[in-house]
Amino acid sequence: MAKLDTSRNLARPDDLYARLIQAHEGKTKAQSDALNARLILLLMNHIGDEAVIAEALRLAEGAG
Amino acid sequence: MSFADRYTLAYRAYPYEKSADQESAQPVRHRVVVVGGGPVGLALALDLGLKGVPVLVLDDHEGIGMGSRAICFAKRPLEILDRLGCGEPVVEKGVVWNLGKVFHRDGLVYEFNLLPEEGHKFPAFINLQQPYFEKFILDRIRELQPQGLPVEIRGKNRVDAVEQRGDHVALTVMTPDGPYALEADWLLACDGAASPLRTMLGLGFEGEVFKDSFLIADVRMKADFPTERWFWFDPPSGAGASQLLHKQPDDVWRIDFQIGWDVDRKEELKEENVRRRVRNMLGEEVEFDLVWSSIYTFQCRRMSKFWHDRVIFAGDAAHQVSPFGARGANSGLQDTDNLAWKLKLILDGKAPVDLLASYDWERIHGAKENILNSTRSTDFITPKSEISQIFRNAVLDLAAEHDFARPLVNSGRLSVPCTYDGSPLNSPDALPEGPARSRPGSPCADAPLGDGFLLARLGDVSDARFQILAIDAPVPDDSFSAHGIDCPVLKLSAEGNELLRERYLGGQPGAVYLLRPDQHVAGRWPNWQPEAVAAALARAIALEV
Repeated sequence: MAKLDTSRNLARPDDLYARLIQAHEGKTKAQSDALNARLILLLMNHIGDEAVIAEALRLAEGAG
Repeated sequence: MSFADRYTLAYRAYPYEKSADQESAQPVRHRVVVVGGGPVGLALALDLGLKGVPVLVLDDHEGIGMGSRAICFAKRPLEILDRLGCGEPVVEKGVVWNLGKVFHRDGLVYEFNLLPEEGHKFPAFINLQQPYFEKFILDRIRELQPQGLPVEIRGKNRVDAVEQRGDHVALTVMTPDGPYALEADWLLACDGAASPLRTMLGLGFEGEVFKDSFLIADVRMKADFPTERWFWFDPPSGAGASQLLHKQPDDVWRIDFQIGWDVDRKEELKEENVRRRVRNMLGEEVEFDLVWSSIYTFQCRRMSKFWHDRVIFAGDAAHQVSPFGARGANSGLQDTDNLAWKLKLILDGKAPVDLLASYDWERIHGAKENILNSTRSTDFITPKSEISQIFRNAVLDLAAEHDFARPLVNSGRLSVPCTYDGSPLNSPDALPEGPARSRPGSPCADAPLGDGFLLARLGDVSDARFQILAIDAPVPDDSFSAHGIDCPVLKLSAEGNELLRERYLGGQPGAVYLLRPDQHVAGRWPNWQPEAVAAALARAIALEV
């Protein structure tokens, strides 16, 4: 079974992070929330593996 | 004393008549008393009656209640009714539909086709007003009574008290002529979601009540809306948070408006207010008659056990679900199908009373599945938190463009028959590479057979009839007996019948199935193994061997 990859996996972390923030620029809170939700659903579908997603949820919950 | 109706009748079918039991000095003892003349009570009485069990049905009304209520009937309940002799009229009268459309605000999100699988006698779903459904069952009872069907129905007979007395139940029954006492070896409680019997016995009904309500309007119109299921999230009419349009027979459309929790029911139900909502949705130019309207709230809850000594609960009395997915009446019919044969074997002394523990196991399993599905649909349709609403809308936004999001849209997961995985009545699967859909615990899938269909050949309902199905597997005799149970053997070949092969053989050249009287698989093997079949039969009737 696949495992959630928490090692460094982004070639250009600053660029991607900036794109994430940029995507939210000029948006209201409601628009941003909607964007985040759509993004999560798209990525979740791409990953597909239930165990990986469950592990990601667990880590995300713990980090709060 | 007054004996007022709680609801209006669609058909006055069994007017009160004084029974000899009311004059008896001693309470008269009946074998089986069914309380409630709804679809579940009537189907159970008919099923038991066909098996030769005398049944007395007590209903506190004199016929069938008004209102379309449960309108969506699924394949398995239609198959169950077909065995009882009233499936065909239900389908003839009903509206068959396959296409559904999902809208969000003013846009179409996507459409779906139920794509019915070929080789089944019955369609995946029909829409039919509940009073018709009940009437077809009642008509069948009326048709068979002159031929000796041992079913009696007493209208305006309301159970006011019930007491468990070890090997029977004592009842006090109120009538327009006053109360009388009755006894029953077995009392079958089919008295609906508000079950007075449950309350009288002090039994719980735990679960979730959703803080929302729906206004139903049945409207008759000569409109050319197609025969499809249309579901709106946040409809542009603003008539409610969601809206459902569904076709019924007689040019009647069912519209459900989700109108919120804090509503003035009386105000909302005023004809002019209902008409205004309908006009907002259909447009000013569409003419319609208002046939019936009602407001319902919904719950997902169940009893912790359905079997209580000599009282057995079935249908909404035992479990209640929100309407999304059509899992109410449809699961009630599966309760009756599960219970009738077990009770028959117990009454005949062929199975121990403990067989009823499997009714609890299997139908609680079914109720859990239905509650899980309908709770999830409800959470999607009426999100309970801001973030839940955000994700719900995100799914709908994505679904318009991206196929992957469509399976996440949940406007009701439509009722499918329950597979009793893990049931104590199942024997281990001994057919390697057999089709998963026919594993032990599954309901048999229909398949074409010559001019007819398979299900009609599997176990007749005039008894609690187990059946052996041998497909391309030699079995020496035409019947098999063990533990006092006779099982006819149906020998078939899948040669030239690819659907039968696909549904029952998979990669195997042949197979032998032991089927329960309710057409669920008890066990299966690659060839004839009489000792294994006898052991599986014993397990399927809860015999200690």
